Amino acid sequence: MNTPEDLLSPQSTSKEPLKVGIFKAVIGRDITAAFRHPSDLVNPLIFFVVVITLFPLAVSSDSVFLSDIAPGVLWVSALLATLLSLDMLFQSDFQDGTLEQMLLSGQPLYNAVLAKVMTHWLLSGLPLTLLSPLLAVMLFLPIEGIKTLLLTLLLGTPVLSFIGAIGSALTVGLRKTGLLLSLLVLPLYIPVLIFASGAVQAAVSGQSVAGHLAFLGAILALTMVLAPLAIVVALRISLSN
Amino acid sequence: MSEILLQGVDLCCERGSRVLFESLNIEVCAGEVLQIEGANGSGKTTLLRVLTGLSEAVEGEVRWRGQPIRRVRESYHLEMHYLGHAAGIKEALTARENLRWHAALQGVAISDQAGASKVDEALAKVGLRGYEDVPCYTLSAGQQRRVNLARLYLLPAKLWVLDEPFTAIDKKGVAAIEALLTHRAQQGGAVILTTHQALHNVPGLRKLELK
Repeated sequence: MNTPEDLLSPQSTSKEPLKVGIFKAVIGRDITAAFRHPSDLVNPLIFFVVVITLFPLAVSSDSVFLSDIAPGVLWVSALLATLLSLDMLFQSDFQDGTLEQMLLSGQPLYNAVLAKVMTHWLLSGLPLTLLSPLLAVMLFLPIEGIKTLLLTLLLGTPVLSFIGAIGSALTVGLRKTGLLLSLLVLPLYIPVLIFASGAVQAAVSGQSVAGHLAFLGAILALTMVLAPLAIVVALRISLSN
Repeated sequence: MSEILLQGVDLCCERGSRVLFESLNIEVCAGEVLQIEGANGSGKTTLLRVLTGLSEAVEGEVRWRGQPIRRVRESYHLEMHYLGHAAGIKEALTARENLRWHAALQGVAISDQAGASKVDEALAKVGLRGYEDVPCYTLSAGQQRRVNLARLYLLPAKLWVLDEPFTAIDKKGVAAIEALLTHRAQQGGAVILTTHQALHNVPGLRKLELK
C-alpha cells in the first residue's frame, strides 16, 4: 500500500486529536492570514474611534451631558463596528474556494465554525473591548461605569460575533450583502444592546448590575452553543447553489 | 469488475428552471478514470458538485460504497478530494502553509520535521521548488493551481473529483498530472474529472457525455 505517492496516510493518526486539529488549524490559519493584511483588522477599530470622537464635536462638549450619553454611544459604536467587520468572516474564504474545501473536509464542521467565529472575536471584539476604556474616559464616564462597560463588552461582543456569523453565512453566496446583512442581524443585536447599555447606566447611577450581567452571560452561553449549529446549516445552504 | 465506489442513481439537476440532465446513472469503480464531457453549460460542474455532496440533486441519490452520502458524509469526505473552479488556497499564506492547512482538513497534523519535508517534496513534484515560502498572491494563476494539485501528491485519497484540473497548467504539467492520474488508478484509486482537453496517455479512460 505504501508507494512513493502515499506520503502521508490519514489512517495513521488516531481519531481523537484530529478533532482538536481542525479547531487549531482554523484559528492558526485565520490569524496568520489576518495579520498579513492588517488593514482589514484596523478598519473597524478606526471606525469605532472616529464615531466616538465625533460625538463631542457634533453634539456638545459638556461633561455631564457626555457622561449621560456615554454608555449608549460606546455600545452603539461597538455594535456598528462589529457589523462592519462581519464581511471578513466568510466572504474571502468563499471567494478563494477554501470555504468549500472546509465543507468537504470530513472534519466536524461545528468545530471549524466555532474556531472561525472565535478568531473573528479575537480580531475584532477583543481589540474593541481593550480600546473602550480610553474612549470612555474621553466621554467622562465615571470609573464604576468603565468597569461595567469592560465587563459588558467582554460578555456582549462575542454574542455579536456569533449572531453576525449566522447572517454572514446566510448571505455569503450573494453578490451585494451589505444592507441585507444589517437587516438580518441588527434586530437580533437589540437585546444585547439593551442589557449592556442598561448595565452601564445602572452602574453609573449606583444600582446593582448583577441582573443585567447575568442576562448577558446567559445570552452568551446560549449563542455560543446554538449559533454554530445554525451557521453550519446556513453555510451548507449558501454553498449548495 | 472491481468494487463500485461512487454511484449516482437516477440523478436530475436543474439550473434556474432549466433541466440540465435527468435520469442520469453514473458509476465509478476503483481503478477507473472517468472523464465527463459536454459543451459549456451542459452541467458538468453541477454534476460534480452533486457527486461531492456540495449541492443536492433535484431527484435521485448519490451513494458512496453503497450508502447514501448524506448518511456517511464524514467518512466519504475523508476519502475524497475535490478540486473546484477556485484555486482553494489562501493568497495571504505561503504555499507551504496552504498545504499544511489542507493536510489538517484531512485530519493529518504536520508538526514534525518528517512531515515538513514531505510537504516540500510534494511542492517540488508540482514544480514549485523554491516557492515554498512565497505568499501565494505573488504566484501566477497556474502556480496557484499547482499548489492545490500538490495536495494530490501529499494526501492520497481514494476518490479524486477534479473540475477542470488543467486550467492554466502548461503542457509539461498536464503530462505530469496525466501520469499521476494513471498511477492513482493503477493503485486502486478512482478519478472523476472534467476537461476539454483530450487525454492521450491515460489507459482505460472512460468517458461520459452530457448532452
